[in-house]
Amino acid sequence: MGVRNLGAAVHRIEDGRLITGKGKYVDDIKIPGTLSAAFLRSSEAHARIKSIDLTAARAIPGVIAVYALEDLGPQAAQRMVQAYPNPAIKTDITPYPLAKDEVCYVGEPIAIVIAESRYLAEDGVQAIDIDLETLPCVIDARDALKPEAPAVQTSFASNLAATLNWKFGDIDKAFADADHVFEEEYFQHRGAPHFMECRGVLAQSDVAGGRLTLWSSTQSPFLVRRYLAAYLEREESSIRVLAPDVGGGFGPKALHYAEELVIAMAAEKLGRPVKWIEDRRENFVGTTQQRDQWWQVQVACKKNGHILGIRAQCIHDNGAYVPYGLLLPNTSVVPFPGPYAIGAIDVQLHSALTNAVPTTPIRGAGRPNATFVMERTVDTIARELGLDRAEVRSLNFVRKDQFPYETGAKLPTGITVQYDSGDYHKTLEMALEASNKDTFEARRQAAAQTGKWRGLGIASYNEDSGLPPYEGATVKILPSGRVVVEVGSCAQGQGLETIVAQIAADYFGVQTHDVLVRTGDTDLPALALSTVGSRVAATVGPSVHLAAEQVREKALKLAARDFEASENDLEIVDGRVSIKGVPGKSIKLGDLSRRLIANVNMPVPAGFSPGLEATAYHTTNRPVYANGSNVCEVEVDIDTGEVHLLDYWVAHDCGTIINPRLVDGQIIGGVVHGIGNALFEHMKYDRETGQPLCNNLGEYLLPLATEMPQIHLQHMESPSPVNPLGIKGAGEGGTIPGIACIISAIEDALRPLGVKINEYPLSPERLLELIDAKRHQKAS
Amino acid sequence: MSTLHAVEMTINGQSYQADIEARITLADFIRHTCGLTGTHVGCEHGVCGACTLKVDGRAVRSCTMYAVQADGASVTTVEGLAQPDGTLHPVQQAFTDCNGLQCGFCTPGMQMTIAAYLEENPNPTEREIRELISGNICRCTGYQGIVRAALDAAQKLREAR
Repeated sequence: MGVRNLGAAVHRIEDGRLITGKGKYVDDIKIPGTLSAAFLRSSEAHARIKSIDLTAARAIPGVIAVYALEDLGPQAAQRMVQAYPNPAIKTDITPYPLAKDEVCYVGEPIAIVIAESRYLAEDGVQAIDIDLETLPCVIDARDALKPEAPAVQTSFASNLAATLNWKFGDIDKAFADADHVFEEEYFQHRGAPHFMECRGVLAQSDVAGGRLTLWSSTQSPFLVRRYLAAYLEREESSIRVLAPDVGGGFGPKALHYAEELVIAMAAEKLGRPVKWIEDRRENFVGTTQQRDQWWQVQVACKKNGHILGIRAQCIHDNGAYVPYGLLLPNTSVVPFPGPYAIGAIDVQLHSALTNAVPTTPIRGAGRPNATFVMERTVDTIARELGLDRAEVRSLNFVRKDQFPYETGAKLPTGITVQYDSGDYHKTLEMALEASNKDTFEARRQAAAQTGKWRGLGIASYNEDSGLPPYEGATVKILPSGRVVVEVGSCAQGQGLETIVAQIAADYFGVQTHDVLVRTGDTDLPALALSTVGSRVAATVGPSVHLAAEQVREKALKLAARDFEASENDLEIVDGRVSIKGVPGKSIKLGDLSRRLIANVNMPVPAGFSPGLEATAYHTTNRPVYANGSNVCEVEVDIDTGEVHLLDYWVAHDCGTIINPRLVDGQIIGGVVHGIGNALFEHMKYDRETGQPLCNNLGEYLLPLATEMPQIHLQHMESPSPVNPLGIKGAGEGGTIPGIACIISAIEDALRPLGVKINEYPLSPERLLELIDAKRHQKAS
Repeated sequence: MSTLHAVEMTINGQSYQADIEARITLADFIRHTCGLTGTHVGCEHGVCGACTLKVDGRAVRSCTMYAVQADGASVTTVEGLAQPDGTLHPVQQAFTDCNGLQCGFCTPGMQMTIAAYLEENPNPTEREIRELISGNICRCTGYQGIVRAALDAAQKLREAR
């Protein structure tokens, strides 16, 4: 028996091709005769299309076709399909595949040019003659909800997309019983996803076969197929969607975009493959973002810091359309009360339409926002009552003996919110101990001697990961003996191929790298949903386990007949079945497989179904709760506003760890995403004109290697009882507390000045404003 | 029809010739004319570093260089980093050993930047590596694994001397 694969720090299967330049991202797929596309996008935040003349563009040699919406024919007469219908949506408006007669944000696609090369397609876009009549726009979500606000789309009765309420417990009693009530306002801004591979689509129409094949840089091939089929009124089986290597996703690649639909229609019309690769400038105006939220929060607590209840109101920037239901606003309210046992919650969120790119979840979705509110609230209580921040957390945490813990809230599906497992006190202790918090004050003083203002930040979180219902898996043994795992789910860098291979390998006594894995293809047998919400490891992992178990049992049963032995006396080592303790005699798994494939005139062995393979689904109606605490240490230069990140400690619990290498990567990458949100990333718009003020990576600052602290990790494993492997999600657990932790540290550094930080991103310029305001206050 | 220019360059030891427009970037020429798709384009404006490759021994951003400017040059892309027999370059090996990649899109540019630098500075500090790759953006890893990979590769290269 080899070393167990599950839980081992195995090298990734994916790496071999990716480090040698042999990865295949959408733009690397070459089909002879492929045409290139470029889109004409709106240059205005809100405008009526007075006229559009495509004649000159069509006349350019090498331009094959130019389409506005009407050129796509009656097939494109409808608005796009609502991905996640929700009765709470008041203004249910999705875009047309190309703008009809009005554009509602800078970047909205208006026309497509298809040419022999991308260069010629861009020439065509330049040659389109379009006349736009500027209409009033609104960019600030608070303004959008005012009665005098211009309509984001002229047909809208109101700019309110939806109102969400998230409440449980007796909130009035909580406030009546409180010793203290504190009130704060917060501004939160999470910018744009900026995966390194921009989006891309390649469509090929096989008219003879009646099939449409679409390669997309997507997180959701099954959803893309579903919505393409619904819109084009085709059978799903006539469409195949594949996600090849995908260069990062972080949420916004989970949507079905207009470009997928238009490229598919163009390929059908032209009978030639058509490819569109988003460029970075387009990505700034064409891919969904997350942007602004304004919060007003009141907390009721006892004088020892025990929290009785929280009331909060949020205005959320929805952007110009509602293409993705209410997933982002919903994840901004549902996380309350986080890791704390709080008796009453009353959160209300208004999602406001604005003339900017629609907003949808980015790594963590609304959870980093909700966590920021919770963690700032806990820090506020500690600050105002002169208590220790860690002690206020410990006092309010759900205790280990309370799991499974019902918060009192109910999801719209009727399922009660139930935290499955963990030890929130322990992870906080682990993070604090690792950071040497006991000696922090000495470090603060030592830094102060050199004119540096040092602070320590703390943030705790839990996360509803592994979202229901399922991701299926097929496991098979080929006659060659090769173990194959096929999952419809896809990855954008997480290492999905490696983890499913690890899980399967142990059942057949083979090594991870011996397993052949196929992912991200709607032609694979098992149904799948989407790689979002830290859900795939916790959903597909258990399905692989179930399928592999079935295949192993079948192989043992078949071999038991040959050996005339009991299945219990058999073992599988190196892909061979043998009798335990009896060396020399064995049967290859491949030979067993060969007996179950269709052989002429050979009956399938009695009592066996064809094929040494199984497709299985682990289905669940509950998420699993990853959790943990972060601590970080920073130094602030109060003359420049510069924040120097020194060290960052993470203690987290994502249940059973399949591969510590991959979990480390997810957590560290996630923390850095949070650091970007806290300090650097700001998708600014001009409030008057609705023009984006950054459209390249020189203006929009992503975290760079030079600014990042050392991130130190500690793992705790509290297996989830919700799935047979005990897995919880790890993809977003770094980002969710990251922002709150950094801001907490900066505020702590500036504690002697009394600077309060209720917002992010925190540029040096903004931090100086906050510092100077306090310095002037003190001086006067 | 725009004027076409004859260009000829050696890429990973093999000669490529084509008649192309002056506006074709080196990245597009290598990816689409020569079919070497290991070089990735992440921003088209020289900020992200994903398209970094070596031209006459120096690391350059192939998205902000025209192919005609590389006429007569010797170019190395990520496909030319490993030995002809498939033995990985120490930088490549270190990337997989040290979790230096996730989605893999920035990886070729990172590897080319680091490989070129280690030829000049075989004994870099962590700070030097962080400064070096501050012109290469990675959204997945948080850079920690990449920095470790670069230092690990530097050590392996020193040991091999």
